Amino acid sequence: MDYLIRFSQSHETFRLPEIEALALLEGVDLKVISYSLDSPFCIVRLPSEDAARRLIRRSILTMSIHELWAHGPDLTAVHSAVKRDTGHLWPRYRTCSFKFSIDSYQGSRGSDAKVRIIESFSYLGFEGPIVMRGADEEFVLFEDWPFNASRLGIPEPNYFYFGRFLGGGARDLPKKLDLKKRRYISTTSMDAELALVTANLALAGPGKLVYDPFVGTGSFPIACAQFGALTFGSDIDGRSIRGDSKKRTLRANFEQYGLLAGLGGMFTADLTNSPVRRTALRYDGDGVTGRIFDAVVCDPPYGVREGLKVLGVRDPEKSLGVELRGKEMYKNPDFIPPKKPFSFLAMLDTILQFSAQTLVDNGRLSFWMPTANDEDQEIPVPTHPYLEIVSGLDDSSHTAASPTPKWTRRP
Amino acid sequence: MKVLTLNFLTCAVKSCKTSVDSFPLHPKDAELVSDDVELNPQLLVNLLPRIDWNALRTTATELGFPTLPEQPPTPEELQADEKMLQDLHKLLMETQISEGKLVCGACGHEYAVREGIANFLLPSHLV
Ligand SMILES: [Zn+2]
Repeated sequence: MDYLIRFSQSHETFRLPEIEALALLEGVDLKVISYSLDSPFCIVRLPSEDAARRLIRRSILTMSIHELWAHGPDLTAVHSAVKRDTGHLWPRYRTCSFKFSIDSYQGSRGSDAKVRIIESFSYLGFEGPIVMRGADEEFVLFEDWPFNASRLGIPEPNYFYFGRFLGGGARDLPKKLDLKKRRYISTTSMDAELALVTANLALAGPGKLVYDPFVGTGSFPIACAQFGALTFGSDIDGRSIRGDSKKRTLRANFEQYGLLAGLGGMFTADLTNSPVRRTALRYDGDGVTGRIFDAVVCDPPYGVREGLKVLGVRDPEKSLGVELRGKEMYKNPDFIPPKKPFSFLAMLDTILQFSAQTLVDNGRLSFWMPTANDEDQEIPVPTHPYLEIVSGLDDSSHTAASPTPKWTRRP
Repeated sequence: MKVLTLNFLTCAVKSCKTSVDSFPLHPKDAELVSDDVELNPQLLVNLLPRIDWNALRTTATELGFPTLPEQPPTPEELQADEKMLQDLHKLLMETQISEGKLVCGACGHEYAVREGIANFLLPSHLV
């Protein structure tokens, strides 16, 4: 069966990687049928209704998922597809209470027009009470309008989707973890929405161990702990962890959200002289022994002196996200260090080497990095023989100072 | 910091990395506090392959906890052993080191713990 994902139209480049990560996390067999960065509508093939609900239940960038009954370039096409393909489903919803709504992306219609459209579906034969809140079933007609449609006087949307609501994403979590209401933050605290997306990309979850070597006030660990992970962190500046030693501390943030069980340990340390126990890089066989973390997640403090365009001028075009996957160690026994034209690349090397040494197989490294220097020279995504890139994300809508990459530890 | 964290940390001095005596670090004048945390058996099972068991035995003894068996339980044994689950949960997940020092057995360097935060920054002559 095909399902319709209704994304939020924000952080577009992160949407599909987030869903793919969640499919992996939930063990859901996902096939993307149609998707575009320009549209919030994505058609996917999934094994079941239950799988659909599970797929998006902790998605930050998904608003909802729907059993897709029909889609087409105009209402006539939608109606004929509904009649052709879904007649066997109609009797199931004959007597339940229901709600029928229209979701117009980039467009709007007057209420008379809406009523006329809704009435055009009367052949479905739903006889149950119409309820605006808490209906047993909700049917939604989605309209994908062209940009600026009303100003340009465009009368009809480009495309329509019609389906039955199954479940919502976790759009409430960014509100829960909103920096504006957090007890203790700093100027570098990662925005709650992006931290949560990063936690999803890192596959943070119950029983998983996550480490942030540039922890600051704890934005990433908090987001990961929200999803049930046990988190660890360090910072070269212990004051960021300690705060005012009273109410404004990293620990107080965990307390505020009731996440203390997910606070493993925070310590002051320099990643280049890290006290974290590491193993020599070799193939272990069992995939875990000696290695500790399921994910390393961070937003490293790349120095302005490096002449990095992204950080200095907040050029959103230069933001990037990347994802690496742990790779089969025995296939690349020899590590050849890459050239180091910038010292910040040395920091990237340190992060990758550290991650390769401490991530369990298929563990993930997810971090933010700039993609160009002040001479507009592109900075390539770093590589490591024990890590495989999962995704490199160009997040042009991200207006904060940094970007993000993403790696997975190869087994 | 949870006692579990101690099992993941060794001396930050580079020349100590090859020394078996640099791990685990030894708590000194440690003040312990306890958080009430819900027991999560799956987490404890997941932790097993990541824990250095010998080091954990040393830590448990040094902090005055009951002696752990010589060999770590298998995941199956751990899941079936309610007492072992409780003991490990109490030690690893609930007990925190809030103040004190962590001492390297190789070089003798003492890392201070204040407000539950250990400081591993090295003086310049040790970097
Ligand atoms: Zn030492």
